[in-house]
Amino acid sequence: MIFNLIYRSLRQHALSTFVTAASIALASGLLLTVWVVKTQSQAVFAATNSGYDAVLGARGSKLQLVLNAIFHLEASPGNITAADFEIIRRHPAVKMAIPIALGDNFQGWRIVGTVEQLFAEVERAPGQRYAIAGGGRNFKIGTEEAVVGAYVAKQLGWKIGTEFKPYHGLAFDPAAQHDEHYVVVGVLEPTGTPVDRVIWIPLEGVQTMSGHNPLAATELSAVLLQLRTPMAGLMLNNQLNASGGKLTFAYPIGAIVAELFNKISWVDKVLTLVAWLVAVVASGSVLVSIYNSMSARQRDIAILRALGAHRRTIFGAVVGEAAVIGALGALAGFAVFGALALFVTSIIQAQTGVLLEPLKWNSVFWWGPAVFIGLCAFGGLVPAIKAYRVPVAETIAPLS
Amino acid sequence: MSLLVIRDLVKSYRRPDAGAQRVLEVREFSLGAGEQLALRGESGSGKTTFLNLIAGILAPDSGSILLAGHELAKLGEAQRDRLRAEMIGCIFQTFNLLQGHTVLENVELGMAFGRGVNRAHAEALLKHVGLADKLAHYPRQLSTGQQQRVAVARALANQPKLVLADEPTGNLDRRNARESLMLIREVCHETGAALLLVSHDERVLAQFEFMKDFALLNQAMDKGGGVPSPRRNNMLGEGTPPPN
Repeated sequence: MIFNLIYRSLRQHALSTFVTAASIALASGLLLTVWVVKTQSQAVFAATNSGYDAVLGARGSKLQLVLNAIFHLEASPGNITAADFEIIRRHPAVKMAIPIALGDNFQGWRIVGTVEQLFAEVERAPGQRYAIAGGGRNFKIGTEEAVVGAYVAKQLGWKIGTEFKPYHGLAFDPAAQHDEHYVVVGVLEPTGTPVDRVIWIPLEGVQTMSGHNPLAATELSAVLLQLRTPMAGLMLNNQLNASGGKLTFAYPIGAIVAELFNKISWVDKVLTLVAWLVAVVASGSVLVSIYNSMSARQRDIAILRALGAHRRTIFGAVVGEAAVIGALGALAGFAVFGALALFVTSIIQAQTGVLLEPLKWNSVFWWGPAVFIGLCAFGGLVPAIKAYRVPVAETIAPLS
Repeated sequence: MSLLVIRDLVKSYRRPDAGAQRVLEVREFSLGAGEQLALRGESGSGKTTFLNLIAGILAPDSGSILLAGHELAKLGEAQRDRLRAEMIGCIFQTFNLLQGHTVLENVELGMAFGRGVNRAHAEALLKHVGLADKLAHYPRQLSTGQQQRVAVARALANQPKLVLADEPTGNLDRRNARESLMLIREVCHETGAALLLVSHDERVLAQFEFMKDFALLNQAMDKGGGVPSPRRNNMLGEGTPPPN
């Protein structure tokens, strides 16, 4: 019977039900988005290592080195020499060493010089190598050829055969165009990693680009490393990061990225707090909405009591109505979440190349709506108490 | 055998000065199963309070209300609610239909808290009161006469042993009042339900074979009692509801 009463009351107050549920939906969508983006970005960024165990670069911040070499953000902390590269490449603990050099862009998209092995031999994930889309091929050392990440190719509308001239520097300056003429020979399949946002050319292309310092023609921005064992990482960490050294060995990459999230954890906390506040306010709107209608409902409640409804039935119906409004709002909140998450995900991908999967199962998908239903039911307690106390005899008929 | 036996029933309301005002004192009253009785009573005579006590909506201060073997005065509120849902039908002057519910849903509510909803029975009742074609209508779409018919159908929906009617024709014109009263008496007779009707309308009272004057029944009136006016008394105000 309670469900019947709830259904009919919701139907009778359809407009206020809709408006209140809509406010819950917005709050719920916001909470889901903040939570999913927060947890997913921490997990995905920490797991984004493009298949490398460590990065070697010039003396400086490990975080800056990882952001620069793995995420292709930030400026390089400095260069390392070819001799340093050779030492690390030949180190018995190193399985593979991929040098990278940067310093150019095309309309803001970063151009990175590297070696052919990156796309031919490196496993970006266990058993997964970089794949070049149909009809394309890897670039060849000594040529002015380029392999383009999937996202940048899509954004620039590039395909095989597209020619371009790089611009000097990491920031786009239309007046700083180089003379070299590159041609796209391959477009990478999407990886959902920062690699998708990069234009890859042969290493010496960046090193010897017209206008670059000829004295630095053999220098590298960083070396991406695959190690033979985790113990090797700890050993190299001790050796290379010793005080007075000129190199920085960033290992393990995931922990360094996690450190970044620790540094900006206050942003998470603020966003989460805002989302919870919105949730509480939205739940309060259920209280206000039902409470304001209680005066008009008193007579109906008294009639129901006169027909034999227990006080607890009326109490349950009002709390249940609030909970159902919460449930409807939480359900609609998934639609709001879908739209918001799509928007936020596209921004993150555009800025970092990292592709989040917001629809992947997250525990907030069950406890988020449950919390909203609970909050709304809690908000329904006040009007329910008022309903519980409706004096039947005085409300239902004039005394005579 | 009596369906309803009342003895030494007393009810008082709290006054603003914290004293108690006795509004009802009935020494003895009984009603047999299937009987139809009219009570004449003016406004403020305590007749609605009397019906509310019989319905279990209010609890007496003292005395006994024996309904079909159940002593209402000894029952808790929830048990009285249950008894009302299963044994009593109420018809009010202002119909008291739920405006957000259809005609059929209103009648179903009359049985919902007792033995459970029986849609076929609700439809049959509405057909019996001539509203078979109004099942999906809302009360506001009906005339006052039709609304009272719905109220009658709802009062009988739980197949009550006793129907309490409080000025049931007070809001109806003469023709509708006559038809409505006939309908109430007819369906009570057909279903075997006893009918206790209170009214101050002599035309209504004249149609009953048995009639009592409530002023004589309620001895509190002799002692200056009766229901105080809400304008003079805060009994309707927050915090001072009569216990029910």
